[in-house]
Amino acid sequence: MATTTITKTEKLVGKAMRRQEDPRLITGSATYVDDIQMPGMLHACILRSPHGAANIKSVDIAAALAHPGVAAVYVGKDTEKVGPVPCGASLPGLRVPHHYVLAIDRVYFIGHPVAVVVATDKYIARDAVDLIEVEYETLQAVTDPEKAIGPGAPPVHPEWPDNVAFNYHQEGGDVDTAFAQAEVVVKQRITSQRLIPSSMETRGVVADYNTGDKALTIWSSTQIPHLMRTLVAQMLGAPEHKVRVVTPEVGGGFGSKLNVYAEEALMGFVAMKLGQPVKWIESRRENCMCTIHGRGHVDYFEVAAKKDGTILGIKLKLIQDLGAYHQLLTPAIPTLSVLMMPGLYRCQNVRADIVGAFTNAVPTDAYRGAGRPEATHGIERMVDILAAELKMDPAEIRLKNFIHNDEFPYATGTGLSYDSGNYAAPLHKAMDLIDYHNLREEQRQARSQGRLMGIGLSTYGEICAFGPSPATPAGGWESATVKIEPSGMVTVMTGSSPHGQGEETTFAQITADELGVGIDDVIVLHGDTAIVQYGIGTFGSRGTAVGGTAVYFALQELKKKIKKYGAMLLESEEVSFSDGVCVDHKTGKSVTLAEIAGASHRAMKLPPGTQPGMVETYFWEPPNFAFPFGAHAVVTEVNRETGDIEIKRYVAVDDCGNIINPLIVAGQVHGGVVQGLGQALWEQAVYDDNGQLITGEFMDYAIPRASMIPWIETEHTVTPSPVNPLGVKGVGEAGTIGCSPAVVNSVVDALSTLGVRHIDMPMTPEKIWNLMEGARA
Amino acid sequence: MISQQFEYSAPATLQEALDLLANEGAKPLAGGMSLIPMMKLRLAAPEQLIDIGRLRELNYIRREGEQMHIGAGTTHWDVESSPIVRAHCPLLSETVSNIGDIQVRNRGTIGGSAAHADPSADYPAAFCALEAQFKLVKKGGERVVGASDFFVDMLTTALESGEIIAEVIVPVEQRGTGVSYQKCVQPASGFAIVGVAVRVSSEFVRIGVTGLGAKAYRATNAEEIYTSTHDAAKAAAVVADGADSNSDIHASASYRKHLARIYTQRALKEAASRMG
Ligand SMILES: Cc1cc2nc3c(=O)[nH]c(=O)nc-3n(C[C@H](O)[C@H](O)[C@H](O)COP(=O)(O)OP(=O)(O)OC[C@H]3O[C@@H](n4cnc5c(N)ncnc54)[C@H](O)[C@@H]3O)c2cc1C
Repeated sequence: MATTTITKTEKLVGKAMRRQEDPRLITGSATYVDDIQMPGMLHACILRSPHGAANIKSVDIAAALAHPGVAAVYVGKDTEKVGPVPCGASLPGLRVPHHYVLAIDRVYFIGHPVAVVVATDKYIARDAVDLIEVEYETLQAVTDPEKAIGPGAPPVHPEWPDNVAFNYHQEGGDVDTAFAQAEVVVKQRITSQRLIPSSMETRGVVADYNTGDKALTIWSSTQIPHLMRTLVAQMLGAPEHKVRVVTPEVGGGFGSKLNVYAEEALMGFVAMKLGQPVKWIESRRENCMCTIHGRGHVDYFEVAAKKDGTILGIKLKLIQDLGAYHQLLTPAIPTLSVLMMPGLYRCQNVRADIVGAFTNAVPTDAYRGAGRPEATHGIERMVDILAAELKMDPAEIRLKNFIHNDEFPYATGTGLSYDSGNYAAPLHKAMDLIDYHNLREEQRQARSQGRLMGIGLSTYGEICAFGPSPATPAGGWESATVKIEPSGMVTVMTGSSPHGQGEETTFAQITADELGVGIDDVIVLHGDTAIVQYGIGTFGSRGTAVGGTAVYFALQELKKKIKKYGAMLLESEEVSFSDGVCVDHKTGKSVTLAEIAGASHRAMKLPPGTQPGMVETYFWEPPNFAFPFGAHAVVTEVNRETGDIEIKRYVAVDDCGNIINPLIVAGQVHGGVVQGLGQALWEQAVYDDNGQLITGEFMDYAIPRASMIPWIETEHTVTPSPVNPLGVKGVGEAGTIGCSPAVVNSVVDALSTLGVRHIDMPMTPEKIWNLMEGARA
Repeated sequence: MISQQFEYSAPATLQEALDLLANEGAKPLAGGMSLIPMMKLRLAAPEQLIDIGRLRELNYIRREGEQMHIGAGTTHWDVESSPIVRAHCPLLSETVSNIGDIQVRNRGTIGGSAAHADPSADYPAAFCALEAQFKLVKKGGERVVGASDFFVDMLTTALESGEIIAEVIVPVEQRGTGVSYQKCVQPASGFAIVGVAVRVSSEFVRIGVTGLGAKAYRATNAEEIYTSTHDAAKAAAVVADGADSNSDIHASASYRKHLARIYTQRALKEAASRMG
């Protein structure tokens, strides 16, 4: 025990710190699923449907089984009792097709799994797949959601000939009166095209069954290890406590791994059947075809307003392209769009009708932003269209309609309670940064020279930090355990499952500050159900706001215990704990965290009513979502000859509440903006009328590359969230949500002199050229 | 993405390679940048790969009089970074620097690109504008074929079975010739939606076009108009006439033709500005 001079350690929260996880990622010493090797491990390859829709007349596996090195071949009949692949979302009257892990008598989309070959190496497995003979009777397919619910479309599922999976209605305020009183009504059909999430690491599964223990271990590249364990155990009829799920390094997910897939249960089935470990690694082509897609909206918007720009009411008819099945959250995604359809605006009168359309395509589900980019794109386009109609400045009309600062918490017409906001602040900041008023002057000059220069704004709001459990399908809390080891080193176990978000760093920053230790004294563990207490996972910009808060509360519990031990060791009634030291201020004596940790483990003496050891676990249930917001401003110029779009400036001002690590926040915004640019300019999953995926590889599916990305200027305003003690909101999806409408608004602005009012994404040069040609004609 | 089984051999000499290539089912492998993806997608399934990418005999850049001789195994990067090529055939340097990314350019070869004859590849535009000659060899035979006869159709060339490109021969550019390669990049693949290679001097003009149709071609009609008018716009206006234009999700036939005209105009203007 020392008499103190307490040196106050530097606070890490708020500091731009390099990520703790990066050295292993950069030096190639991380372990991904495909790095796992086990003695006797078999390799699986899946035979997939080459048709968008077909009946399976027969499957002949004899030649594949006879191929040297093949251990087993399974078809739909063999796995009939496995599954179904679960849908975790429920809506009134939802039609849920039975989703077998392998198709039995009909295939519903290109890539639909039909059989699995298991062999001694992956090359043999792949060769043997070609030896399976399937006789198909091809059927007419439908891949366009509007055609699917129109007259005469072929049924995706014969039992539901109208292809309607559900109808969903939501209404707030008095929409009819709002529209009756309107001085102006603007209408527009707006699409958000299907996108392929394209994480750098494809999916992959290793399964190992210990026949003695009757215990199954599954390694999978997933965002939700615990939920996956619960659901895969159910699918396999295996007792949950004897299933262990491990997520090694996960090379990105963007929501596409917020799911439970057929292959995860299928590999469990194979391992249990054969008693040997088995590995399946998804190819890039399979990833394009069989991992969920995102977006897939056709939206019909109507906005009623007064002549001064005051928005009175919003109507939305939303057709969601669901694909052939419901994956984990498929039908719930468009309901998130409806929740956010009023954006940042003071409009209580809202009406939305969703039609969920089955199509012969891979299911859509959560992809970075999940429903909110579509909503934001819609309302932010509509506000620009309204401004153009009223000849108002797009900034002015936004400022006029923003919810005021004194109205928070603000109850929206869609039933949400926005936690906190200062919506004008990021818009003003973005306008200042980009020099909005001078830009308008520059634009006038450019136009007089015949140049097509555009200025686009978007002011986005998003719902994140999912979320209160009653509003989140599998529970919306998060868990944390913090242990102080006898040496004073700290281990954090989080139920979150970071896969690129940098939570090993941000959670360590929070922990280091609370305990007064260095960042290298903390390790953050996640993604192993045998090590970490039950958790929900990482998605919906919830990692720090919910998972980080759970860590914070576990630390508060731990600090109580630390003080009890400190008081005992200092033989004092009153001690305080800060900066890693317990101090008795009366005597000036102190004891360090390491000494306390050691004492609590040796347990020579215990404080009254206190257990030995130094571990606390906290399950935090958030009282509300958090609602980040921001403003993006984009300057573009369109090439008159070719229709090429050049982004001349990109400014993103985000408000994600308090910032724990500015470097990580900037990284998240950059990544999000890049994916938003991808949607605005290049990416689209294209099926032809037969259900063939034309963009089945990166030769045709245009994900953005570094060389295609403009300089992104990021700035922030800080409006803390009152929902959690860290005051954080979430930032993982913000960039994507704010980006696409700002870019489209900018290009529409550039072409407005030609009478262009709306452009659907992706804004390919050819599309722009056609618009210019149309105007010339 | 796993190819079918195949045998692989890496002969030490060209002669040995030609002997092996005389076998039915044998196929040359150079940089593998086109062949291996095709094999992984199971669009190609050769039984025997003969690796000619390691043959020193095919890897050289030489000037002989008024001609440049480039071994078929010379990588894109070796061409791009060669001072001799930059000095004497700047159109090749410029064109090759537009191919893919640095990793691809480090492996892909001039012979492989020509033999693959991808309708959107960059090199063929330059080969047409340069009226390149291809020295083809096989066991017991050798011949020289000009670019206009070499490119036959999409992914199809005049190469016979067992025959490989040994060398690409291009003229040494005379003083006063300006060149330019202008490319509209397909955003996913990085290949050319259209690419136009131009050489202009006071004596002549040559225009090679890739990406528009099933094979790269020399736009002689546009050349004629430019020769008589020196008007880039007028010449460019006919560059796509009669072409059976490709059409896909990245560019329809009519937009591709439009781009061919725009990029021809740009290439002509740029090349003319570099004549000096
Ligand atoms: C990611 C990526 C991006 C690319 N981007 C572009 C681009 O922008 N523009 C572009 O033009 N190209 C692009 N390419 C293709 C690249 O230029 C290849 O290098 C080229 O097409 C083939 O050369 P190779 O040496 O790799 O040939 P290989 O792939 O080894 O062989 C290709 C074909 O040619 C045959 N072959 C090879 N050498 C000979 C020879 N000497 N004689 C006879 N036959 C032979 C082979 O049998 C095979 O059929 C790209 C490739 C990749 C992977």
